[in-house]
Amino acid sequence: MGVQQLSVFLENKAGRLSEVTGILAEAGINIRALSLADTSDFGVLRLIVDQGEKALDALKFNGFSVAITDVVAVQVDDQPGGLHRILGLLHEVRINVEYMYAFVHQSGRHAVMIFRFDRPKDAVDLLQKNGIRMIEGDALYRM
Amino acid sequence: MIFDMEFETLPREALEAIQWRRLRATLERVYATVPFYKERFDAAGIHPNDIRSLSDLQHIPFTTKQDLRDNYPYGMFAVPLENVVRIHASSGTTGKPTVVGYTARDIQMWAGLMARALSAGGATRQDIIHNAYGYGLFTGGLGVHYGAERLGASVIPVSGGNTRRQITIMKDFKPTILTATPSYALHLSEVAQEMGVSFADLCFRYGIFGAEPWSENMREEIQQKLNLKAIDIYGLSEVLGPGVSVECYQAQKGLHIQEDHFIAEIIDPHTGKVLPFGQTGELVFTSITKEAFPVIRYRTRDITTLDPSPCICGRTFVRMQKVSGRTDDMLIIRGVNVFPSQIESVLMEIDGLSPHYQLVVDRVENLDTLTVMVEIGETLFSDEVKALQGLEKNISYRIKEELGVTAKVRLVEPKSIARSQGKAVRVIDNRKI
Repeated sequence: MGVQQLSVFLENKAGRLSEVTGILAEAGINIRALSLADTSDFGVLRLIVDQGEKALDALKFNGFSVAITDVVAVQVDDQPGGLHRILGLLHEVRINVEYMYAFVHQSGRHAVMIFRFDRPKDAVDLLQKNGIRMIEGDALYRM
Repeated sequence: MIFDMEFETLPREALEAIQWRRLRATLERVYATVPFYKERFDAAGIHPNDIRSLSDLQHIPFTTKQDLRDNYPYGMFAVPLENVVRIHASSGTTGKPTVVGYTARDIQMWAGLMARALSAGGATRQDIIHNAYGYGLFTGGLGVHYGAERLGASVIPVSGGNTRRQITIMKDFKPTILTATPSYALHLSEVAQEMGVSFADLCFRYGIFGAEPWSENMREEIQQKLNLKAIDIYGLSEVLGPGVSVECYQAQKGLHIQEDHFIAEIIDPHTGKVLPFGQTGELVFTSITKEAFPVIRYRTRDITTLDPSPCICGRTFVRMQKVSGRTDDMLIIRGVNVFPSQIESVLMEIDGLSPHYQLVVDRVENLDTLTVMVEIGETLFSDEVKALQGLEKNISYRIKEELGVTAKVRLVEPKSIARSQGKAVRVIDNRKI
């Protein structure tokens, strides 16, 4: 069920984000989803792209600190209570969501959320058992 | 007022006669009691008997901070530990402090020198001294305290910190002399302002400030903001603590070195040759009365000049200029000695941390701040912000533990720290000193 996410360390300085997008554009990489977490000094840019390996190489080549993390892409019913149901299931077994963000595209009548769990394997098993669909990396990158 | 008229106004020949007698006795004693000095003298082919005049002092090898460090903690003591009644320490270059000891007589001597110094700075037995130097391993607090008591003044041992309470004490107890680091003095003035207290309404006459370098501009600012006359005092724990030299309030021009207890030399820091009066170089001290921790030709790394011209205050002791710099990379941050190598060794103890760092020192609202910039490499980088913030906190905590100085740690991108000719610029000091 693994989806690979790239994280990039960015100082809070003008132009750093556009430098990253520039490098990706030049390498012909399409950004599928992203989120930016920031503090007063630095930010962590989290990206899901269509060609992970290539993006990783390009960013490292340009001197960025990059990490790869396994995240889970979950289909959420696009209706009131859709997200709440999933979070409720996770809460019952005390699986923590470290962070989450929305995927750019919808798939049919569903929204797609990217989750970073503290116990990803347990989370995937739980969601599967409860009939909640998740999207494989390969499918997601092509969406 | 001159506290010790007999000694502080000695004619030069009489002073040199005393210095010579005390130097001889000191050399004989350290040779007999401190293995380090015996080995060092023997290696240089010098015996105390070869020293036949004050000017022969220049043939004796130097003592450095490294020597003190190599003999940590008690190796440089010249008396058995049972005769030591006080131990102080200052930070060293490897995280280990330099340990100094005092016999009961050393403490008495020090109190006497501090009483002289406070007098030179304008204090009398009628004064109330607000002593905001830190009490503890640092020599500042207790050094001033004992001197104030010897002088017969009233001393308020407030120590550092708790600034708002200090302002209240100043308002209510009406102290007339302030002793503190110059940066803390300015910080006091700002906090007073926030509290709606004006120094013009307080009772201060003089402030005696030291333990860190400060400029003439800073003196003017302090005098104006704190409505008092600002006096510079100098000392280092390896030699004594505060009271090695002090300005007189009459001239405020150069610090009188207490030459009946310390012989000062100025040397060329590269060749080690002694320079004549008036030339700029590194200050070197030999203590000639201390019992527990005598130092022979100790290199202070402080850069200054000596002025033997007569002073309007009547003291005959030579005056050293305000210290203008250092021959090493030591930083003084809020009175704490910090070597970049100490920070480096803290960083190196953290697995996966890049060896690229930079120290940025600044003065914000008159308090020194230290920011440690560390490049974040692949190993420690995390997608989680809280993990990165935890790393910053951990580094900051370790620096505080090792060096006793508060540092803000900032993670920066790889290769973002400026490298000049392949060598990283380790320190950026933005303080206008």
